[in-house]
Amino acid sequence: MKTHHSARFPAKPFSLFLRSLVYAAAGITILIIIFISAYILIKGIPNISLKLFSPVYTSENSSLLPALINTVIMTFLSLLIAAPLGIFAAIYLAEYAGRGNKLVRAVRLAAETLAGIPSIVYGLFGMLLFVIRLHWGYSLLAGSFTLTIMILPLIMRTAEEALLSVPDMYREGSFGLGAGRLRTVFAVVLPPAAPGILGGIILASGRIIGETAALIFTAGTVARLPENLFSSGRTLAVHAYSLASEGLHINEAYAAAVILLALAALINTLSYMLAKKLMVST
Amino acid sequence: MAAIFLIAACAAIFSVLLICLFLFANGFPAIGKIGVFKFLAGTQWKPTNNLYGIGPMILGSLYVTAGAIITGVPIGILTAVFMARFCPRRLHTVLSPAVNLLAGIPSVVYGFFGLVVLVPFIRYLTGGSGKSILSASILLGMMILPTIISVSEAAIRAVPETYYEGALALGASHEEAVFFALLPAAKQGIMAAVILGIGRSIGETMAVIMVAGNQAVVPKSLFKGVRTMTANIVLEMGYAADLHREALIGTAVVLFVFILIINVLFSLNKGGKK
Repeated sequence: MKTHHSARFPAKPFSLFLRSLVYAAAGITILIIIFISAYILIKGIPNISLKLFSPVYTSENSSLLPALINTVIMTFLSLLIAAPLGIFAAIYLAEYAGRGNKLVRAVRLAAETLAGIPSIVYGLFGMLLFVIRLHWGYSLLAGSFTLTIMILPLIMRTAEEALLSVPDMYREGSFGLGAGRLRTVFAVVLPPAAPGILGGIILASGRIIGETAALIFTAGTVARLPENLFSSGRTLAVHAYSLASEGLHINEAYAAAVILLALAALINTLSYMLAKKLMVST
Repeated sequence: MAAIFLIAACAAIFSVLLICLFLFANGFPAIGKIGVFKFLAGTQWKPTNNLYGIGPMILGSLYVTAGAIITGVPIGILTAVFMARFCPRRLHTVLSPAVNLLAGIPSVVYGFFGLVVLVPFIRYLTGGSGKSILSASILLGMMILPTIISVSEAAIRAVPETYYEGALALGASHEEAVFFALLPAAKQGIMAAVILGIGRSIGETMAVIMVAGNQAVVPKSLFKGVRTMTANIVLEMGYAADLHREALIGTAVVLFVFILIINVLFSLNKGGKK
C-alpha cells in the first residue's frame, strides 16, 4: 500500500503538513491506548490480593468475587435467551425470507433502533416492565431480561452476516441431494457459520460484562451472591462503579478495573481468533 | 420450525414496541402535567420545589457531545487515514486489535480513568473541581475514537483504487491524493462514523457521571460542571417518587427521541449511498 512517490520527488510543504497531521493523530491514539491500559494495570495489579477473592463482601473487605460470580451468572442467563432468539431470527432473515420482504426491512429497522438505544433507557424500561410491572423486583432475572433485549441486535446481525457468508453452493448441493430446507439449515449452513455466530456471542458477552447503567435499576447493587434468580446482585462493572463513586475503596476499584480490562482483552482476543478461523474456512 | 424462526425475527420489532409503550406511557403524562414548554425549556430543576425544567440537562448533553465531536472526530478520522493509507503493514497488525480493545473497555473503566487521571489534571490546569464540560468532552472524545476510526477506515478502504491512482497521475503527492481524492469519496461513510459517535456520546452515562460534576444548572464556562440527561436519570432515579420520578422518565423520553432522530439521520445517510 505504501508508495515511494514521496521518496522520489522532493516533498511539497503542504503534503508534509498533511502527513505530520496524520502521524500526530495516530500518535495520540496510540498514546491514549498505551496510557489507559498501562495506568490501570500499574495502579491495579499491586492491589489485587487473595483477600479480594473472598466469597463474602464486608465493609472492611470489598471482595470482588461475588460480583465476578454474578457477572458470570448474568452473562449466562442473558445469552441463554438472546443467543437462540438472535440466531433463529438471523436464520429467518438469511434463509427463509425472500428478497425485498417488507417484514425483513421492518426487522432490520427495529434491530438498528435497538442497537442505538442508550443503556440507561434500557435500564428504565427494564425497571418499568420487569421490576415494577411484573413484580420481579431488583433481581438477576430482571437484569438479564433487560440485557437480552440489549444484545439481541448484536447477535442477530453477526449471525446473519455469518449465515450469508456461507456460499450458495452449499445450499444448492444440499437441496440437490434432496434435503429439505430445515435440514439444509441445520446440517449444512450452520456448521460453517458457527465461528462467526460464536464471535457475535462473545462480543455480546463483552457488552454484558461492561454494562452498568442498564443494571443499576434492574439487577440492583447488592454486593453478595444471590440465593436465587429473584435476588438482587451487582456485576463486576457495577461493583467497580460503586467503589469508584463512593471513593472509599479506591484501591479495590483499581483492582476491579484491572479484571474488567483483562476480560475485555480476553474477549477481543477470542473474537479475533474466531474471525481469523472464519476467514480461513471460507 | 419456520414459524419459530419467524417469531424470533419479530422479537426485535416487539421489543422496540414494548420499549416505546412503557417509556411513553410513563413519561408523557408527566410532561403533560409539567407543561411541554416548561419541561423542555425550563432552566430550573428543583424537584423539592416542584420545578422540573430539563433545559440545563439538554444543554449539558449537547455541550458535552459537541465537545466529544471536537476532540474525537478529527483525531479519529486522521487516525483512520493513517491506518488505511500510511501505516506499515506490521504496525497495522498491532494497531488494529489495540483500537478494538479501546472499543471493548467498559465505560466504567473509562469513567474511573477519567476520575483519577483526567479530573485531577484539569483541576491542576484550570482550578475549580476539575469535574467539568472539558473533562467530560475529552473523555467522551476518547471513548468514541474506536467507533470513528473503524467505520472511517472501512469507508476509506472501500474507495476504488483508481481514484488514488488517477490523482497520482495528475501529479498529486501521496498525501494530496489521500486527502483530496479518497477522503471526499469516502465522505458518506465518514459521516456515518460521526453520527454513530454522536449517538454514543449522547447515550453515554456512567463515564460522564464520574467526570462531569453533575450540577443541574446552565453551565457558564467550559471549566464548570454540567449534568447530562443520562446523568440526571441515574443520579435521582434511586430515590425519586411521584411526579419527580415521572419527570425522570420524561427525561428518558426526550433522550430516546434524540436518539431516534440520530438513527433516522443515520439511515437516511446510508440510504443515499445505494
